[in-house]
Amino acid sequence: MDAAIKPRTSAAIPLRFSFSPGGVAGTSFKPGHFAKILDEGPQRGFFEVHAENYMGAGGPPHRMLERLRRDHPLSLHGVCMSIGGPAPLDRAHLARFRGLVARYQPALVSEHLAWSTHETSFFNDLLPLPYTRATLARVCDHIDEVQEAIRRPILLENPSTYVAFRNSTMCETDFIRNVAERTGCGLLLDVNNVFVSAANHGYSALQYLADFPLERVGEIHLAGHTEQGDDEGTLLIDSHDGPVADAVWKLFEIVIARRGPVPTLIEWDSNIPDWPVLKAEAAAAQVILDHHIRGMRHAA
Amino acid sequence: MQPEPHASYAAAFAPALLDPVSEVPGIVTGPRGKSAIKCYNVYRNNVTVSLIDALAAIYPAVQRLTGADFFRAMARFHVRETPPTSPLLFDYGRDFPDFIARYEHARSLPWLADVARIERAWLDAYHAADAEPLPPSALATFAPDRLASLVFTVHPATRVVRSQFAAVTIFAANRAGGTAGRIDGSVPEDALITRPDADVVVQLLPPGGAVFLACLMSGCMFAEAAAAALEDTPGFDLATNIAGLFEAGAFTSLTPGDA
Repeated sequence: MDAAIKPRTSAAIPLRFSFSPGGVAGTSFKPGHFAKILDEGPQRGFFEVHAENYMGAGGPPHRMLERLRRDHPLSLHGVCMSIGGPAPLDRAHLARFRGLVARYQPALVSEHLAWSTHETSFFNDLLPLPYTRATLARVCDHIDEVQEAIRRPILLENPSTYVAFRNSTMCETDFIRNVAERTGCGLLLDVNNVFVSAANHGYSALQYLADFPLERVGEIHLAGHTEQGDDEGTLLIDSHDGPVADAVWKLFEIVIARRGPVPTLIEWDSNIPDWPVLKAEAAAAQVILDHHIRGMRHAA
Repeated sequence: MQPEPHASYAAAFAPALLDPVSEVPGIVTGPRGKSAIKCYNVYRNNVTVSLIDALAAIYPAVQRLTGADFFRAMARFHVRETPPTSPLLFDYGRDFPDFIARYEHARSLPWLADVARIERAWLDAYHAADAEPLPPSALATFAPDRLASLVFTVHPATRVVRSQFAAVTIFAANRAGGTAGRIDGSVPEDALITRPDADVVVQLLPPGGAVFLACLMSGCMFAEAAAAALEDTPGFDLATNIAGLFEAGAFTSLTPGDA
């Protein structure tokens, strides 16, 4: 199947919205919402897709994405590059990713600080890594390789984690700051991930955000999480299966007040609601973004 | 390539993900140095459940036939035995039909593996490369004496699944909420899977049609394929078969084979 994915610049897609969508809210694109979205016509906002779902040779997925891309900015979000893994990047996968960037010219391109493949097995989860000088060097090499392949910087997303590594020698915010400085990549700040990780590891989400290099943030993710508790305590699970929690909205407002408006995505990947519900969640984010866009105009 | 002194974290972290009896890797801890067992189990659960969900998404008719609990137990065995080797989940589960065929608890459903084969072919047809199907009128552009030597190029989505059971009827009755009366599962059926436009279409091939199309797919000339089908099925109806295949969008080009 690999050979079928050739980087092709489809003349069928006019290159509207190749710019960054600014302080605009967007949503995950779910094929079940396609007809509703088309019915409503072009609208403010952007759509984000998981790159891997569009790595087939052809068929309905590409038809939908081409149609969507005609009227809306797109965010291409890679899930499986294993940038945080010790193994070399999968060249075939990188070529597929490059092909999608060339074909759809997304406004935003992102990947994760995580790994998902070891030897021949793909685990379909965002697995954690220790934060050491050695892993920092390796992650930077991987990001250099991706950015060279696609000829543009990516946004790297902070993970939600459930365990810590005994041999870590730096905190996550230092690690991420170093990666961004060394590779020139931007950052995708997932505020829900910050909340989930902070709760699970017992640190302050506000302190994490204070230490995070907000000036490099080019996109924000918001999503729902679930609680999994017993008498020994509670774990938060980054489940993307419900509305954004109140506490996460609060953190989002704090980030926007400090950073200014940036493209903000509502992620919703399971128990997917009807389109109006997802759209309303994005509208709530847009209200906060617009408030700060107005604030900036007044200050000027 | 630089040496990988830190390679051990993935090697240490990965093996227990799909092995519930393995010990939690010693390189990780829970919050404030507490036990990592419950925290590590979140990853175990994420990995296993998401891969079972992936199989459920690829094989909805199989799940409907077995019920969700049976399906998820069966899928769990398969996920642990054969995790994906590609990050593209729509490529996962190619070994699942064979796994079902030898799965002890599914022996009372002998047609289940073939229904799974049709579902796997459906997904391959869905993601197959785009190509314009040839209209039925294409045959008429060749002089009658040239027809016998024509070689057909099949559309990238075109698939054939042969079954000793009524796999096509059972598939159709259990995909997308279909319903049916009693099905005689012992009637052999062959499935034609195509994508004439946006949607994948699964239909029953007439007798001999599977042999005929398989010959064309392997590059045989029209006359050779027809002869093979007639030998397999004495009542093979060439006109009906060729019309049905064109109608289904099975081909993309015709080339004179003796040119």
